[in-house]
Amino acid sequence: MSYKVVHYINQFFANIGGEEMAHVAPELRDGFVGPGMALNTAWKGEAEIVKTIVCGDSYFAEHEADAKKQVLDWVKAEKPDMFIAGPAFNAGRYGYACATIANAVQEELGIPVLTGMYEENPGADLKNKVLIVATANSAAGMRKAAPTMAKLALKLMKGEKIGASAEEGYMPNGIRRNFFEKEVGAKRAVDMLVAKLSDKPYTTEYPMPSFDRVAPNKAIKDLSKATIALCTSGGIVPKGNPDHIESSSASHYGEYCIAGVDDLTAETYETAHGGYDPVYANADADRVLPVDVLREMEKEGKIGKLHDFFYTTVGNGTSVANAKGFAAEYAQKLLKAGVHAVIMTST
Amino acid sequence: MKLELGYIQIKDIQFSKECKVENGTLYVDPDAVKAYLYEDDDVKAWVKDFSFDIAKPGESVRITPVKDVIEPRVKVEGPGGVFPGVISKVETVGSGKTHVLRGMAVVTAGKIVGFQEGIIDMSGPGADYTPFSKLLNLVVVAEPAEGYQDHKHEYEHAVRIAGLRAATYIGELGREVTPDETAEFETYGIKEGMEKMPNLPRVAYVHMLQSQGLLHDTYVYGVDAKRSLTTILLPTETMDGAIISGNCVSACDKNTTYHHLNNPVVANLFAAHGKTLNYVCNIITNENVYLADKQRSSDWTAKLCRLLDLDGALVSQEGFGNPDTDLIMNCKKIELQGVKTVIITDEYAGQDGKSQSLADADPLADAVVTGGNANEVIVLPKMDKVIGTLDYVDVIAGGHAGSLRPDGTIEAELQVITGATNEMGFNRLSAR
Repeated sequence: MSYKVVHYINQFFANIGGEEMAHVAPELRDGFVGPGMALNTAWKGEAEIVKTIVCGDSYFAEHEADAKKQVLDWVKAEKPDMFIAGPAFNAGRYGYACATIANAVQEELGIPVLTGMYEENPGADLKNKVLIVATANSAAGMRKAAPTMAKLALKLMKGEKIGASAEEGYMPNGIRRNFFEKEVGAKRAVDMLVAKLSDKPYTTEYPMPSFDRVAPNKAIKDLSKATIALCTSGGIVPKGNPDHIESSSASHYGEYCIAGVDDLTAETYETAHGGYDPVYANADADRVLPVDVLREMEKEGKIGKLHDFFYTTVGNGTSVANAKGFAAEYAQKLLKAGVHAVIMTST
Repeated sequence: MKLELGYIQIKDIQFSKECKVENGTLYVDPDAVKAYLYEDDDVKAWVKDFSFDIAKPGESVRITPVKDVIEPRVKVEGPGGVFPGVISKVETVGSGKTHVLRGMAVVTAGKIVGFQEGIIDMSGPGADYTPFSKLLNLVVVAEPAEGYQDHKHEYEHAVRIAGLRAATYIGELGREVTPDETAEFETYGIKEGMEKMPNLPRVAYVHMLQSQGLLHDTYVYGVDAKRSLTTILLPTETMDGAIISGNCVSACDKNTTYHHLNNPVVANLFAAHGKTLNYVCNIITNENVYLADKQRSSDWTAKLCRLLDLDGALVSQEGFGNPDTDLIMNCKKIELQGVKTVIITDEYAGQDGKSQSLADADPLADAVVTGGNANEVIVLPKMDKVIGTLDYVDVIAGGHAGSLRPDGTIEAELQVITGATNEMGFNRLSAR
């Protein structure tokens, strides 16, 4: 019982013709066509192309909705284990069509997909949505592209975990995966520096992200009427850490009541954070979560009220996604409770 | 400054009534070592007892919680002694001859004062992630004295000194042994180097030292790196233990004293020295928690890079999160002086690999080598023997409530494994 694959290619690779035939509407054919043979051979019977869909690049570009609908209907009827498009190399409209149709199959039919193209192909813009094997910039790269795509496709069909982009040959898609290099990092670093210093090409192992900045809200006009909440990523928790917030890479946050609490002491509170010297925070947690100072301000009328609950997590090694998620959730609770402003302490 | 290292290959460790190194075997009397450790007042005051054990590659043994890993060395010729300013006197080291007991390490373990860490597995999947599974380890487990909880800084100091003393005692046993292999390392003066290598790019190693407080400190000739201004160190000084670790959180990317002694950036820059580059010197700089310190340290790092007329700088970080800011400050300021950089770091991209790996970023950091994503989850099988205690597995950085499962397996992030994502580039682990 081998896996069933549907393969999408353009008019050129189907041998219908070049640019002059780019207008042809989608056709459904049995078995493999053109480059599909290389994929089939590589699978040695474990998987096979049951149907090939051929579509003209211009047709796809000019009648995208229709082309999509037709292809999706055919794929749906076939119920394959995998959908593969291309490889498109540097052909721009073909690459766009491959990535777009692969994305549609993935999203609307939930079938695993794979495509391949040159990194500068406009279709590569979708590399964070669709798995794309990096190929050479011309069809001369088919000898390498086909086996790489076949191997990765088989892994996906078998439900195996896929390795890092550098290992498996796909374009880095924003999901970091570990793998073992041939050489130690220090050697790779020295080689990279020598290349950079002699203006030779090199590839960074981690492309820098661009961070989104948070614009602050409007300042509070009258603090004496405001309800202020204290929050922290410094890991302050009730003594004993009852909810087991992790010392690093926190999986959750805590919500604790401080109604009637004027001061945090070594007997009642501690820190769960594993990334800073805990001695002083454990001796007096007000140093990280200044409940005592806010209470004084409350008594003096400088602020309206210190909110009854504080929200806490451990920032140490905690992923940005998790941190964002916690705050999005408890921000709603703060809003519902009528809190006007938050003091967030971090370490 | 020229240093010759003489490597004595250790192939076995055995407990014995004698202490000696003979035909590649280290024979050691734990009682003799213990007595030597207790000659120190702090050790006497804060350590109730020590127990000793041996862990060999391939054994079903887990060592945890690990404080430091130290390679025994001894200075046989030239000024000073190993671990200057801490064990030996402060005389400048890095020249003459030093013997190395290669293939083994002293590992200090046992209860420590904060978020205990890490784990060394001598076999199984965990062994692939730590270089220490390939060494013969003489483990020194420390038990704290009564009342240590109120004296955590003193206790940490005592265990730190104990480990270095143990390594010194063992290293001394190699003094009269003929090395199996030798290697020479030489740093030239600025003018001499330029005359000898006129056409090679001038490169320095910017070595960032963890300096954030208890369990996050590093010492240079005994000086707390928190208190040091950015300065120059000659690469061979590190080979004699000029830099020692006072730092054990977090396990995966803290530099053990073993890493400092065997700094792979130093080794690889020396390998390229005179061939593709001129390895001028090391610049050591800290990772303090105050903003003014961060600004001062990074300003001075860039200033020294410019003064030394460098073409390039290789920057290694220690730790993550807070020091990511120091890393990017250093990188940016050095680049803006016209000196090209490559930085080595590790990543905290979340267990699913989808989060931003560093807490700070800049487009100028365009040449990065990574030691891997420390958040990736691993399941470690049960080991037949534990040296130390499993009591802290759930709370160590990288663990969580339930990490230590009832069946004895451990599900945790790579972060818990000592040396797993080292940012000196010690390992082959990487990520894309």
